[in-house]
This record gives sequence, structure tokens and C-alpha cells, in this order.
Amino acid sequence: MLRFIISRLLQAIPVIFIVITATFFLVRAAPGGPFDAEKVVLPEVKRALEAQYKLDLPLYEQYFAYLTDLAQGELGPSFKYPGRSVNEILFSGLPVTAELGFYALLIALIIGVTAGVLASLKPNTRQDYIPMSLAMIGICMPSFLLGPLLVLVFGIYLEWLPISGWGSIPGDKILPSITLGAAYAAYVARLSRAGMLEILSQDYIRTARAKGLPEWQVVSKHALRGGLIPVIAFLGPAFAGLLAGSFVVETIFQIPGLGRFYVQAAFNRDYTMILGTTVFLSTLIVLFNLISDVAAAWLNPRLRSQLSGGGK
Amino acid sequence: MSLLNVENLEVSFVTRNGTSKAVKGVSFTVEPKQITAIIGESGSGKSVSCYALLGLIPSPPGRIDGGVASFEGQNLLALSEVELRKIRGSDIAMIFQDPMTCLNPYLTIGEQLIEPLLIHRNLSRADAKTRAIELLNEVGIRSPDSTFDSFPHEFSGGMRQRVMIAMALINEPKLLIADEPTTALDVTIQAQILRLIADLQKHRDIGVLFISHDLAVVSDIADQIVVMEQGEVVESGAPDAIFNHAQHPYTQKLLAAIPSGERDSGEAKGDTLINVRNLRTWFQASSDSEPVKAVDDVSFDIHRGEILGLVGESGSGKSTLGRSIMRLAPITSGEVTFDEMNLTALAGRHLKNFRSRMQMIFQDPFASLNPRMTVYDTLAEPLLLHNICQRANLDQHIAKLMDDVGLARNFIRKYPHEFSGGQRQRIAIGRALATRPEFIVADEPVSALDVTIQAQILDLLMALGREHNLTMLFVSHDMAVIRHIADRVLVMYQGKVVEAGPVTQVFNQPQAPYTQSLLASIPGAAML
Repeated sequence: MLRFIISRLLQAIPVIFIVITATFFLVRAAPGGPFDAEKVVLPEVKRALEAQYKLDLPLYEQYFAYLTDLAQGELGPSFKYPGRSVNEILFSGLPVTAELGFYALLIALIIGVTAGVLASLKPNTRQDYIPMSLAMIGICMPSFLLGPLLVLVFGIYLEWLPISGWGSIPGDKILPSITLGAAYAAYVARLSRAGMLEILSQDYIRTARAKGLPEWQVVSKHALRGGLIPVIAFLGPAFAGLLAGSFVVETIFQIPGLGRFYVQAAFNRDYTMILGTTVFLSTLIVLFNLISDVAAAWLNPRLRSQLSGGGK
Repeated sequence: MSLLNVENLEVSFVTRNGTSKAVKGVSFTVEPKQITAIIGESGSGKSVSCYALLGLIPSPPGRIDGGVASFEGQNLLALSEVELRKIRGSDIAMIFQDPMTCLNPYLTIGEQLIEPLLIHRNLSRADAKTRAIELLNEVGIRSPDSTFDSFPHEFSGGMRQRVMIAMALINEPKLLIADEPTTALDVTIQAQILRLIADLQKHRDIGVLFISHDLAVVSDIADQIVVMEQGEVVESGAPDAIFNHAQHPYTQKLLAAIPSGERDSGEAKGDTLINVRNLRTWFQASSDSEPVKAVDDVSFDIHRGEILGLVGESGSGKSTLGRSIMRLAPITSGEVTFDEMNLTALAGRHLKNFRSRMQMIFQDPFASLNPRMTVYDTLAEPLLLHNICQRANLDQHIAKLMDDVGLARNFIRKYPHEFSGGQRQRIAIGRALATRPEFIVADEPVSALDVTIQAQILDLLMALGREHNLTMLFVSHDMAVIRHIADRVLVMYQGKVVEAGPVTQVFNQPQAPYTQSLLASIPGAAML
């Protein structure tokens, strides 16, 4: 198992390296620079700024300087927030985004698995069609539409929940978490339905029924474990996706998370900030993919014995 | 009084395309301490009849339309799901066809074994475990304690079927329903499992309902045989009467289809077409593991125009040997010459061109045909690829091939899913013949087919072999099929050829102990 993890981590290094290189040259290839939008900048001042941030060096020297810093864990200074390093900004935004992502994932799992399993038990009946149609809507509906709708209904008409903020008024975390989690709930529902349907058609489910097990035990004991493996495998990429994709929700609800910094950095050509966030998120994505792959393999006894050192 | 008395059972399947009657007024009985066997081909309704008794057919689309199944004074068909559940796994237990898929891969053997005890008997887990280990011992599992905590994938098919049997017997049922329990197993394992079922049945005084497609399998153990065709019982009686005085034409057809007898292979065969010397095909899973010696130092000749039977159990390396000769599996060392040309040295374009001279027919006619290609496309591909004919007279060639393999010409635009298993195998044979090969490897070409269809395909292969002067390597696990079709036979065991010779000699005076045990395992030897 350890060998499997290490080999996967080694495979991740070139992936992340390519991401860094591509991002580095792409952001610099985009028209405009970090100090072009300032109202009046004397040429000398601009030159001084560029010198301070090493932007006057040839591109390849900038690249190698960046890699050197990165190897030491330094993501560099932000171009747009003078005096703050990218590391600082990342770690101030991360806890908020991570919390939002976690709640969203929790909601996605609870709603998604319940809906998917219920649908799989009576395929092609109303119990299947209704949750699955909702899931389809959930996947199709963008969060910039769902968020304002929820705000309109629950915040403004019904006045049940606060309409923005994070952690300042009780209950203000509910709407953003639902908005972010909805699409993932829909994916989880579809995955768990498909997974359960496949497992429920297996011969060993018939064996379990032939033993006289009550139906709920057939489902909970014999079917769930195998049926939810696709969901587990999806969780890793999903969580990384939640972190990276939360900026719309963060903007709608005025949440001081990572996503907003990321988008603003792109608009501002804040090279180090864009790069830093990209490197950080791609590392997370690789890591979470690995974790969910290991978890999914661990749940399958056959793969587990293969991975834990060449058993039978 | 009968243990189980089924009268006029009617089951149908209701789908959007209408209602189809799967079981039409079927009646049979199982006496206490006896074995009743239901025989029929796929689609005859034999399994549906038995599953319906326990409420195990999926509903919808399944629907029980009528009938009575009295078991211990109750009508099983009138019971509610809750009442039925109390009987399932307790008074009536089941074992199924494929032990590889019937055990839950995510739970330990022990966990699955004790389940029936926990639900029906309210035993403590510790008591249940003791009982489970006793039973594992009884069904012939060598180290029951460690088996208890193992997962199914650690065991072979035969071992898993033993576990299934232990699981079925754990609550001491009065009736055991066994649905093709040995069909997925090798012939020697099949013989062991049949003996085990017969022994357990005698010692425990249970009635057994044994479903099979194979008359020979049940001939040794059944007290009563019920023959089903298309949802109806066409004949029933004691094995003796069925085998010796079958009344119904369908039963007679089934009996006639059992491969028997030998080909008269008196005529001298031609020169050597294929020469295999010290062939090794080893598979290395990873650099530090022991290689799997699928084919290990095998040498033999195939003469022009003969059918060479290659027999062995699963894992013996027989399929790999066939593929290695075809250059479809990587050869580790050794040499294969075809018509004095070294096949092992061929590569790239030369190998591709050479492939028209040797073709392969695969076991599973469902998986080996591309579902998105019509019969026409399937047959046209090799013809065009090897420049056998021009586009202008392609239609003519394909029509000739269809005639050769006995398919009606108007099927030509159909897709594989529109055909039955036997028809698909005919298409596959047509595809193999398209390049006018001299040599064909047939890898278990009839094992996925019903017995009457199997007989037709064997006849077709023999006729085509004569007509086109084909040389054939016929791979099979079934001794009776090999005896029927082959001139000479090779017996393979664990990657090596343990015996070789003319069919008459190998079957009548087997030399290798393994051949002897294979021959002793053929079911129904006494009856036939």
C-alpha cells in the first residue's frame, strides 16, 4: 500500500511541474501587466516596481527564480497587496473556503446518497424519476442562478435566513453551503443510483435474498458498500473542485474566501497570486484524488490484498 | 406425502412489448430424501419455476399467474413476502450456478455464512461461528478457521461452491434448490461437488430440487427427472425410463445431442502442417514475482487435415497454447513452424499477411462479435483486409459464406443481438472461414451453447473441416465433445502436455493419472 502511495506521489510531481510551467508562461503571455492599470505611474516608478518584483529580468530568469522560491515553499510577494505575501493571503482565505467546501460536501453526500439509493431501489418508478429529475436540474442550474434564487426566497420573501456574510450572523452559512453543494448533491445522487443499480443486479444480492434477509439488510449490508465506491472515488476530485470553484458563491454571499482572491488576481494580472493559488489548488487536487483512490481501493478486499504487498 | 408439490404453476413476464408466458402450467413433486432434477435448455423456464416458488423472480416484470406449491401444508405461492422470508434460507435453501459471483466480495466468508443463523435462529455470534466452522469442515474445506475470516476472492470456484453449500445447509433445510450448481465448474471439481451434494443429501435426509441443462450430470444422482421445454413439462419419470424409453421427441433429441462415440479416424492423415517445439508462454505480473507458467515446454505436431483435440481444465494453459500458436499471446521461448515457415520469427506486415492462413473461433459468441457491425460488415472485413475478393463480387462471396455456415441469406443486414447463441457462433465460424484458412483454432466453441445447439455446431465444424480440408486445433474442457470430434487428443495439465495420442487410445487406455481422473469424472458414464 505504501509503495502504491509513494509511486502515485512521484507521478504527481511531473503533473504539478507542467501545471506550474504552463501557468507561468500563459499568464505572462496574456496582454497587460500587473502595473498597467494604475492611473498615473511615472515611467521611473514603474521601472522601479518592476525591478523590485524582478519583472525586468528575461523571462527564463524569472521562471527559474520562481522555481527556486517555490522549492523553498515561498510563493512570493503579491503584486497587488503590497506587503503581503501570497502564502499569507492563501492561508487567510483557505480556512473559510475549506469550511464552506466541507459543509457543501456534507450536504451533497447526505442529500445525494439518500436520493440516489432511494431511486435505485425502485428504478423506473416515481421514486426514481422525481429525485433524478431534480438531480438533472441541480446539475444544469448554475450556482449564480441558484444562489440569488435561494436568497430571494429564504432571505427576502420568507426572511428565514441571512442573505450574506460568513460567521457573523447565526445561520449565514446555510445558504452558501446549499448553493455550492447543490450541483455536487446532484452528481452524487446520479453516481450512487448507478452504483447501487449495478450492485443490486449482482448474483450475490440474490443469494442474500435467498437467505431470507429482510430487504433493508440486503441493501445496507450487502449492497451499500460496493454501490457507494464510485461516490467515494468521486469525493476527492469533488472536494478539490469545491475549493477551486467556490468563487462564484463567495462573490454572491460576500464571503472572504480563497476563490475571490483567485478571480481578482486574474483580473489584476497579479502573477504571483495567480501562480500561487494555481500551484496550491493543483497540489490539493492531486492529493485529494490520491486519498479517494486509496479509500476506494481499501474498501475493495481484492484490491486491498493486492496493494498491501502481493497477497493472493 | 410429497415434500414439495407444485401444480399448474404459471409465470409470465410483463414488459412494454407485451406479456410473455415463461412457465405454462408446470407440475412436479419433490419427495422427502430424494432428488428431483429439472432438465431443460436456456429459456425453458426451469429456473424461473424454482425462483418463483421462493418469490425470487424480480417483480415487475415477473408475475405469478396461477398454481399451487404446497410445502409442509402451506401454499408457497400464497404467502406474503414476510412469511416467505421466514422460509427462505431456513426450511428451503438455495445454491446457485456461478460461485464466482454469488458470494459478496465485500464481506468475509464467515460473515456471510452465519447470516442465516443470525436471522432465523437468533444465535449469538460466537455460537454461530462454531456452527459455521463445523459445516465448513463437513463440506470439505481444509482449514475452516482461517477460511472463516477470508474473503471470497481468495478461493477457487470449487471452494466457493463448497462455501455456498455450507451456507445453504447451515439451518438444516428440508428442501435444497440447486440451480445448475456445477455448470461453471471444471469436470473433476464438478464430480466432487456432485458427490458432495449426493452424500449430504443422504446423511441429512433433505429433498433436493436440482436444475440442470445437462442430462448426463443428473443421470447419476437423480431419483426423478422432469424435462422442460418452452415453459412446459414434456416428460417426467425415473432416470432409467428417461434414458432408455424416452417418449417425447424433445427428450429423444436431448439424448441424441449428448456427444458420444468416436470418429472413425482410420484413414491416414497427411504430412505435418504445424510443428510446435519447446513452446513456453510465461506471464510475469511484476518484476519480482514468480512468472505464471501458462504454457511450459510443450512440443507436438498437427497433421494436415486432422482435428487435434486439446483438453484440460481451466487454468491448464490450453487457451493460452492456442493463442500462442496464433501469435495472439506473447511467446517466451520455443518455436512454432507452419508449413515449414517459422511463425515465431514473423512480425509486422508479414505476420498480418500470414494471418489469413490461420483463423480463430472464440468461446463466447456474445462477446466476440462486434455488436455495432452487421453480419455483412463482420464477414466483409476479413475478405477486404486480406484482398480475398474485390468489392464488386463481395456480395457474392458473403452469400456463399452464409450458405456454408447454414445461415439464411436474408439475415445479412442484421446485428449480432438479433441472433441466438448458436446463430452467432455460425457467424463467428463464417468470419473465420472468410480468409480460406488452412488452420483454425477453435477455443471452446460450443461450451456457451445449449446441448442441442452444441451438437449442430459440432456437426457443422466437422462437415466444414472435410469440405475445405481444414486442419483444426479444437480446445475444450469437455471430454465427451473432444471424443466426438477429434482424431487425436492432447491432455494438458498445469501448462504441460501430460498425454497425447489417438482418441481411441487415450480414452480406452489412459496412461497419465490425470487423464484417468478426468475420464472418471465424466458424469453419466454408466448411463451412456
